[in-house]
Parts: sequence; C-alpha cells; structure tokens
Amino acid sequence: MTSKMHIKATILSPLLALVSAALVIAVALSLAGISTADVFTTLWLGAAGDSYRLSETAVKASPLLFTGLAVMLALRAGLWNIGAEGQLLVGALAAAWLGRYTTALSVPLAIATVMTASVSAGLLWAGCAAYLQQKHNVNEVISTIMLNFVAVYFVSYGVHGPLMEAAGQYPQTDPLPPAATLPRLFPPSRFHLGVLLALVAAILVWFYLFRTKAGFRLRASGANPIAARFAGIAVEREITLAFLLSGALAGLAGGVEVSGVTQRVYEKFSPGYGYTAIAVALVGQRSPIGVVFAALFFGALDAGASAVQRTVGVSSALTSVIQAIVVLFLAAYSTDPAQRLLRMDLPRPEHSLNEVDRQAA
Amino acid sequence: MEFLLALVTTGDALLHSTLVAAAPLLLAALGETLVQRAGIINIGLEGILLVGAFAGMTTCYATGSPVLGVCAGALSGLLLALLFAAVTVQLSADQIVVGVSLNLLALGLTGVLYRGIFGITGQALQVTTFSPVSIPFLSQIPVLGPSLFQHTVLVYLAVVLVPLFTFFLFHLRAGLQLQAVGEHPQAAETLGISVRKTRILALAVEGILGGIAGSYLSLAYSNTFIEGMSAGRGFIALAIVIFGRWTPTGVLWGALFFGAATALQFYLQALGSAIPYQFVLMLPYVLTLVALMLLRTRSSAPAALGEPYTRE
Repeated sequence: MTSKMHIKATILSPLLALVSAALVIAVALSLAGISTADVFTTLWLGAAGDSYRLSETAVKASPLLFTGLAVMLALRAGLWNIGAEGQLLVGALAAAWLGRYTTALSVPLAIATVMTASVSAGLLWAGCAAYLQQKHNVNEVISTIMLNFVAVYFVSYGVHGPLMEAAGQYPQTDPLPPAATLPRLFPPSRFHLGVLLALVAAILVWFYLFRTKAGFRLRASGANPIAARFAGIAVEREITLAFLLSGALAGLAGGVEVSGVTQRVYEKFSPGYGYTAIAVALVGQRSPIGVVFAALFFGALDAGASAVQRTVGVSSALTSVIQAIVVLFLAAYSTDPAQRLLRMDLPRPEHSLNEVDRQAA
Repeated sequence: MEFLLALVTTGDALLHSTLVAAAPLLLAALGETLVQRAGIINIGLEGILLVGAFAGMTTCYATGSPVLGVCAGALSGLLLALLFAAVTVQLSADQIVVGVSLNLLALGLTGVLYRGIFGITGQALQVTTFSPVSIPFLSQIPVLGPSLFQHTVLVYLAVVLVPLFTFFLFHLRAGLQLQAVGEHPQAAETLGISVRKTRILALAVEGILGGIAGSYLSLAYSNTFIEGMSAGRGFIALAIVIFGRWTPTGVLWGALFFGAATALQFYLQALGSAIPYQFVLMLPYVLTLVALMLLRTRSSAPAALGEPYTRE
C-alpha cells in the first residue's frame, strides 16, 4: 500500500515540477512578447525532430547520465557530491594525457587505457574529499566545491602548459589518436559507443544498489546511519566507498566525452555537466532508472535549446533557467507541507484505525 | 636602490589591486557569515552576485547612474535571496538543492536577458562607472596613502561593515539572538525568538550585500557585463566564511588573502614568471582545504548549520 503510494509520489512530483516549470516559462515568454508555441515546438523539433537530432539528444545525455549516476550514488549513501564537475574535468585531462601514448595499441586496449585513466583520476579527486571527510571531518559540500576550482585551474594549466597541442597555437590538447577514439555507431551522427556505455553503467549501478549485499549496505548507511551501525555495518567504510565510486563514474564521464565527442580537452571543456548532474539526480528521484530518463530529458533540453537559439533567437541559456525552475519546484514539492497538500503521502486514517481495532480485538 | 624602488612600487600597486579584488568578496562573505550564523548555508550566493552584476550594469546603462545601478543590484540580490528564503525557510526544503538551482537560475536568466536586451554583439558594452574617491589627508601619506585611500565608495563600504558586523554579532542583543538561532533553533524558539523571521532577515541582508557586491563587479571592477562574470566569487565567499571562522574580522583577512592571490596572479602573468599563474589561482582553494583540515578541532561552525528547521 505505502510502497504503491511512494511510487506514485516519486513519479508525480517530477512530472508536476516539469509542468509547473513549463507554465512559468510560457508565462515569462509571452510577457516578453515571444511566441511560446514557437519556442516549445522548436525545442521539441531540435531535440527529436529527426534521427540526427535524436542522436544529438543521446550524445548530450551521455555525460549527464554518467555524472547523474555519480551524484545519485553518493546521495544514496547520504553524501552531497557537488564535485562531479571537477572529477569529470580531471578525468578528461587524464584521458587526454594517457591517450597520447596509445598510438601503438590495438583499439580495445587503447580505449581501455583511456577509460582507466579517467576513472582513476576521478576516483583520486573524489578520494581527496573522502579522505578529508573521514579523517578530518571536513564537510563534503565545501571540499568538493573547492576541488572543482582546483580542477578548473589544473586543466587550464595542463592545456596552456605541458599538454598543449604540438602546434602550440591554441590552449588545447592534441586530438586523441584514432585507436583511443570511441567508434561512432551511426555516422554521420555523433552517436558513439559511450552512449551505450552510459546505459550499461546505469544498469550496473541499479544492479549494485538493489541486487547486491554491498549495495544494500550502502543504501542502509545513507538512509539511517545509526540503525545501520547497530546492524553491524561499517558506515564510514560504506560512505567512503560510495564517494570513490561516485568519483569514478564522474571521471569516466570526462573520459567518454573526450574519447567519444571532443577528442581534445580545452578550458571550457565542460559546460557544467557536473552541476546539471545534481538536477539530473534529483529529478531522477535518486533512482538509476529515473536518472536515465532525467538525463535524456536534460540532454534533449540541451539539444533543443541550441535549435531555439538558432531559429527563435532566445539564448540557449534558457536551458539553465528551465533546469533551475524544475529543480526549485521539485524541491518545494518534496517538502512535508507540500506533500500533505498534494495528498500523495498520507496514510488513510480509517485504514489505520481499522488496524488499531483489529489489534485491540 | 633601483630594485628596492621597483619593489616598493610593485608592492604598492599590489596592495591597491588586492583591496580592489577583495571588496566584492568581503561584501558577499559578510552576508554569508550572517546567514550561516543563523544556521543556513546558501550556496546560491554565486547566483546572487551574478544577478547583481547584471541588474547593476543594465540599470546603469539605461539611466547613466552607477548609484542607481548599485541600488538595482541590491534589489535583484534581495529578490533572489527572498526566493531562497521562501523555499528553504518557509517550506523547509533542502538548502543545498535550492542553492544549486539558484545558481543555475541566475546563470540562465542573465544569459537569456542579456542576449534578449542587447543582442549578441561581439563588442562589450561600456557603462559609466564609479570613480575612485581620495580620502583627504590620508591619501597623501607617502607610499601607503594612494593604495589604501584611493578607492571607490564600495571598497570603503565593505571595510566599514566589518566592525559594524562584529559589533552587531557579539555585542547587540539581536546579534546574539541570531547566533542562538544558528546554534540551537529549538531553544531559541522557546525563548521567544522567531527562527523563521531571523533567518529570512539574515538572508535579506545577504541578498542586498551580495547584490551590491555583484554590481561592484560590473560597475567598478570591469565596467561591463560578461555572461557568468561572477566566475566563482560566490563560492570563494563561502570558503572565506569558513576560513574566517564565521567572524567578520576573520572574514576580512580571508577576503584580503583571496584578493591578494587574484592580484598576484595578474602580476605573475605580466612579469612572465616561471610559476604558472594557475597555481597561484589554485592556492586559495587548496589553502582553504588545508585550513579546514587543521582547524577542525576548534570547531566554530554553527551547530545547526544547514539543517532545515520545522516548528513542531
């Protein structure tokens, strides 16, 4: 009974938030004298108009799926990983760096090398925050934000310094050798193998969280650390593990993006994937399946917004506005007063009374 | 001798640009200090700075008055802070979530509006800006005078606020009540202090100061608006609050330190130093982490920081 209501609430809240956000945007656009219908149709056509646009949506969704999973996994252990952005950046840089030495390798080996590099870098970056949290009681929200900036400047140093392209003209790395490039599956579209890898990652994360004992321990530590400790779970270890896994996923996002899409790393490499990831995890209601849909939605928004900028002339920054309003509404709808108002989480009073009667009898 | 002279001049200019870079950080961090002392963590400060910068520039561009620009900046910051208050304080929603979305909102909104109003022009818009005010007599002091006492009004405002905030927080009844709200909201409420009202007021002050800090960026620091021009300063302000152990004086030192790193970075770049400037820029963040690591035993963070409060 309650689980059914819970499912209803987890699906209803994000949908309601989406509808509310669409309404707000529609009102704002019409106040500005812009045709709402134009914007929404262009958004839709830009995201799903033809097979090329659909593939663009998938390509944009892939880094959001990896990082969204990263944030979600950490959240399940009760952790705020605001640092997916930094982990993604160092992951990308490590991939570009090690990628240079893969020219002589076979394709699978070269790709494996690049991916391992990005996973290790992301893991290491999250490991710093995990170490500070576990050994020195440093709040992970603050430490991951700080580490994001360190990563930004580190990438800047890398592409201006030792990893700058051989031509020495632009602050960017040399393109990865062809062997280390993820194959494109449906050329001329940019749909690459990494998109499928992201889906596999989502399935693996789901399996890990809900079908293994380790996943249960992780969720228990996040849901109620005190109870978990009483049940004999080493909560600190679980949290550290979740942090590291989260960093690994975010790092992989960077590696896949370099290898599948950009081939190079440069200063503005990430348009804030790691921050959007927080929205993805929340709209996905902290579930792997939800995160897949949320990543697709935000990927579509991304792909659609560039079409809106081209044809309607509204800046693609509109994406951020929509993301923000969706999350704001979702945050508001998830609070107790709102839930009570929406009558989505209340047990029926007569039902519980009956139960009390039955127990008394 | 020549070398010494060069050193003094460089040091002098460095001190001046340190203060210039520190002022917006100080304004924003003082606001966040107040908010965190009341038990709220507002990551959305970055967004407040950004809307402040945008509103300040736009208003100044339309009216030609930088003073009106700052007022508009303050107002826009206030509005964003009140939105944060409505969702986190009134509805007790998660502060991290709302803070993150506030930043996204500011980034998107300023981007859409900027291109909507001014179009996508390659040329940056120039606006009338604040000119430095020399303080009589003090600015005449050799060497130190010009670097300390020839600044825009906003720099003086930021510095003057430090003792005022110290006095308020540690000597006034209202300030002590605000601290009680951050330490133990339940107890404060039983003493008849309204947790909600206190937190909303603290956020309002932060919004105004953050908005002013933002308009400083566009009206005194760079004379124009660039998308995303707050460039992480709101997050730096968060670091400064921790760095300064939640006290206005500590925050002043923190802001000067981060300001010095910014100023130094430009000089290193100009001088073509062997140290990559990125490492200088990185330093404050790394040092904040080190400081958090070392100072943890003397924990002075408000006890109820970040926890939503609901009245039973």
